Amino acid sequence: MRSALERGPQLRFQMARTGNRMNQHITASREIADPTRERPDASQDVVRLVDLKRRFGAMPAIDGISLTVRKGEILGIIGRSGAGKSTLIRCLNGLERPDSGEVFIEGREISRLGERDLQPLRRRIGMIFQHFNLLSAKTVEDNVALPLKIEGRPKAERLARAAELLDLVGLSEKAKAYPASLSGGQKQRVGIARALAARPALLLSDEATSALDPETTRSILALLKDINRQLGLTILLITHEMEVIRSIADRVAVIDAGRIVEQGPVWSVFADPQSDITKSLLGAIRPQLPAELAARLVPGAGVETILRVDVAGEAASSPLLSDLAATITGPFRLVHGGIDHIQQQPVGTLFLSVPGSDARHLAEVITFLRSRQARVEVLGHVADSV
Amino acid sequence: MSPILFELLLRSIWETVLMTAASGLISLVFGLPLGLALIATERGGIAENLWVNRALGAVINGFRSVPFIILLVALIPLTRLIVGTSIGTWAAIVPLSIAATPYYARIAEVSLREVDKGLIEAARAMGGNRWTIIREVLVPEALPGIVAGFTVTLVTLIGASAMAGAIGAGGLGDLAIRYGYQRFETSVMVAVVIVLIVLVCGIQWVGDRLVVRLDRRG
Repeated sequence: MRSALERGPQLRFQMARTGNRMNQHITASREIADPTRERPDASQDVVRLVDLKRRFGAMPAIDGISLTVRKGEILGIIGRSGAGKSTLIRCLNGLERPDSGEVFIEGREISRLGERDLQPLRRRIGMIFQHFNLLSAKTVEDNVALPLKIEGRPKAERLARAAELLDLVGLSEKAKAYPASLSGGQKQRVGIARALAARPALLLSDEATSALDPETTRSILALLKDINRQLGLTILLITHEMEVIRSIADRVAVIDAGRIVEQGPVWSVFADPQSDITKSLLGAIRPQLPAELAARLVPGAGVETILRVDVAGEAASSPLLSDLAATITGPFRLVHGGIDHIQQQPVGTLFLSVPGSDARHLAEVITFLRSRQARVEVLGHVADSV
Repeated sequence: MSPILFELLLRSIWETVLMTAASGLISLVFGLPLGLALIATERGGIAENLWVNRALGAVINGFRSVPFIILLVALIPLTRLIVGTSIGTWAAIVPLSIAATPYYARIAEVSLREVDKGLIEAARAMGGNRWTIIREVLVPEALPGIVAGFTVTLVTLIGASAMAGAIGAGGLGDLAIRYGYQRFETSVMVAVVIVLIVLVCGIQWVGDRLVVRLDRRG
């Protein structure tokens, strides 16, 4: 695993306005290849996918995905709609069949199992859905107890377990209510309780918060994180929102056009995104150069030079800017940016403006920042004063 | 209305109710599974089998395209085989059931198709088999529509049973034709029409109440 800190300094000149990136090095450094080869303790893997492929007609939905979900972790898979996320997650419990490749669930290959053999396996895998998929004709407790009814458990046990789970998700008083009377967030809580009823080894979350408002989304994500910690439950979630990944995932895999373009620990991917798709998905939650400023950037030269400074880990927790001010002689200005905390790791992006008339001063600033493990990119110059 | 006519009216009501109830029950018992079979075997269904689906569809369409009065006569040999006679109330129940079953199967099919596919997926994801999906998802979720459709079928059967008078089945339709129309007994005609209105309204009212009670979709 190569992090941002280890990567050598490199000047990236880029015209932010046109998006004409000169170094489009997608993939490369992170664990794109089958990560299981690097780790001997593969027995701890709850899910292992090997070169999975699935096409619909001429369109490949999944085009060679290899992936591992380790016991107890939350793996987030992010991609735009149509990237193949839904097909991928459905291959894990046999709702969808891959054309080729292998799906190992707790060490057992399942992609060629018949429907009858899949049924007991699916009881080891809980699933929650974007639109909750609660049965409208059943009460909340009967919905939660349904997986146990399918398992053939006696009624008293089912109801006791349902009560326990409704307590866990904070909906005990709604046990006798019907789903239609619940809010979206409450419905998803019931969905989560139902998914946990049969004590699964893995929880699949299919855009579980995409139909919810931001506040409810936060509470549902907090609940999932709690469950992950308290029960040690392994969670694989798919989403198109980076915010979801940011809040609860341990590791993230970015998929585009049916392929994994990037994966790694969330803080590291956030600190140093490699692919354009990741950068664009991150755009929604990371500081971006204000649009009116970006529109005024020109390549050549100008009175001010705009730098993008990405910091992570130590660089982000040290007094970087005050040290910069103390070391260099000339002025500089913070235009925009901030430090975020992801998985307890500070990750930040700062946009600095340095007077452009003095090339030596600019070089000094860049050299100092790089010496402090920051990634510096000259975005361009502003012809007249900002 | 003379006491004799009144007694005839009571008997006719009973015959109509008997024909409607019996053939309604039979159409429910056979039509619902048939509707389920149509849904299950269609493309993307839980037991996809397009050949079976097409065959079932063709048979159902075949029966539904024959006018009831013709079916009534055409089925006489079958009726005789099953009931032993081709005349009377019980004999009318055979063609009535055979006409109502495919009719109800189509109505049930429509209700069952409206069940959200996501719910079926959820049940599959829980490890449910086809039977679980039918018992826990398809039927309970479609129940309001299944009941509403059954109400429609019963009302249609009341109308159809009037035609069964043609094979001596008795019932209100028969009474209205022979006494009300052919013997100019206006009071019988009026009484039959009133009874029919009350019957139909009653069935509809009970059906609607039931649907409201069953519908939890909010």
